Amino acid sequence: MAKVIVYPPTSMILSDLVERNGHKALVVPEVVRRLVTANEIESPPLNITPEEPKKGLRYAAVDVPSGVRGRMSLIGPIIEEAEAAIIVEDPGWLTGCAGCSRTNELVRLLIRTKGVPVLDLSYPTNDAEAKVFVQKIKAFLEGLK
Amino acid sequence: MIRIAQLSCGSEYSGIQKEIERAAETVGAKIIYPEVSLDDILNVENTFGVSVSSGDLNLAMARAVRIVQNPDLADAVIVMTCFRCAEAAIIRSEIRKYVHENSKIPVLSYSFTERTTAETLLTRMEALVTTVKYRGLLAREKQKGLTAGIDSGSTTTKSVVMRDNQVVGTGWVPTTEVLKSAEDALQAALKMAGVQKEDVSAIGVTGYGRFLVGKHINAKLVQEEITVNSKGAVFLADAQKGPATVIDIGGMDNKAISVQDGIPGGFTMGGICAGASGRFLELTARRLGIDITELGKLALKGDYRNVAMNSYCIVFGTQSLVNSLSMGCKPEDVAMAACHSVAEQVYEQQLQEVEVKEPVIMVGGTSLIEGLPKAMEELLQVKVSVPKYAQYIGAVGAALLVSGLLED
Repeated sequence: MAKVIVYPPTSMILSDLVERNGHKALVVPEVVRRLVTANEIESPPLNITPEEPKKGLRYAAVDVPSGVRGRMSLIGPIIEEAEAAIIVEDPGWLTGCAGCSRTNELVRLLIRTKGVPVLDLSYPTNDAEAKVFVQKIKAFLEGLK
Repeated sequence: MIRIAQLSCGSEYSGIQKEIERAAETVGAKIIYPEVSLDDILNVENTFGVSVSSGDLNLAMARAVRIVQNPDLADAVIVMTCFRCAEAAIIRSEIRKYVHENSKIPVLSYSFTERTTAETLLTRMEALVTTVKYRGLLAREKQKGLTAGIDSGSTTTKSVVMRDNQVVGTGWVPTTEVLKSAEDALQAALKMAGVQKEDVSAIGVTGYGRFLVGKHINAKLVQEEITVNSKGAVFLADAQKGPATVIDIGGMDNKAISVQDGIPGGFTMGGICAGASGRFLELTARRLGIDITELGKLALKGDYRNVAMNSYCIVFGTQSLVNSLSMGCKPEDVAMAACHSVAEQVYEQQLQEVEVKEPVIMVGGTSLIEGLPKAMEELLQVKVSVPKYAQYIGAVGAALLVSGLLED
């Protein structure tokens, strides 16, 4: 079983596909779940405190907006953990909301420069493309076993 | 309960959402998030005029459209994005303009960092709520009876006593111990007016020390500087009807307020670096070996173009100051360059975010440094007026507004 980060890292569709194929999906909702259940809720709704943007300094300099660094404090550690990655370009809104484009750019860069196997895909626009999309993901994930 | 619609990007991930909600709660307001559909977001290019690559900004724009189409959804709007994000800075400004131009809902914009606290937001949030809650009070044009106002500022504490629409006493002291300074300023104003504290029907307080001073002297009105200063400015400049722009360059922060019929519409409050504040002018006067009261007159004889000065940061500004003097620049040119540099910071950082409509009124102690209004006139290319008692503007506004509470 490999730890697979998906992009967008909020995508439940991609997360589900990874888990169905017997791997561990690394996604942001999982990190947020840990934040809001493991500790007291100091800062609702996501329980991200001003400390998180400071932790994000590991991935982005101080002159990078605080929202990017706060997001990176969640996504950065799962990129570090990842053994493989699936990146979907132009995912639109249907694969999960990833609100900040600057964060998305940094996440893609860090995944690609990590040196793990990466599957690049375009978001499907019809049924035929969707079938190919799922088949490619399945083949990629089987290759990781 | 006043409903403030939050249109933002990045506040949850900066860890400051709780602070925003705490600031709203402190001023008796509630933060709301207008609901939109996925289609509203996907169509934002058609409805708002642009869509960008960051989804949260598209969501903020879709929410702005929803509010403009359904103005009953919110009483006020706050637009907030991350400091240093270029994409967000463009959209933040456009959302503020869009709401301002297409609705009567007061709107405030702010760029935050993870260090933003409820206290940072309090004055802005309080002003936003006041413009919604006390429209009637803010619309009043005359002071009646015998009232006093205290402006407990970061550098100086000012006080006035007003009787039947006239200023009859003034007091001005440097702020040291907040309570003692307020008491001293008030006593000076009472003495000049020839009245006792007991004769005064009510006292209004504004400025940084307003909560402490207000509690101590049992003030009937404790109010932030945005609404109070704009009221005082249009009263003293006799511009209570129609549009006006109020510029207040303070010792610690600056305010630019767009006013309509005496009520603030949009405003910005900045204070990122002391290079854009009265502090830099104080420092310049000290370095030139003159009193701050002489700096303005000296500046009027100078030409800023003869000195390279940029006070974006007070440290670099001081370097420019020292360098120019060591290179033999004339003191009058240096004085004017300092005034121009401060005016330029305010022009570039704040006046871009409010609609500058004439008359432009400069207030606060710095407006008496003649070079500063002149520099602002050159930058804005409009006449800038400095009313009598400009340095007492907050105290005058407080005395005027508190008399309205007496009648009510």
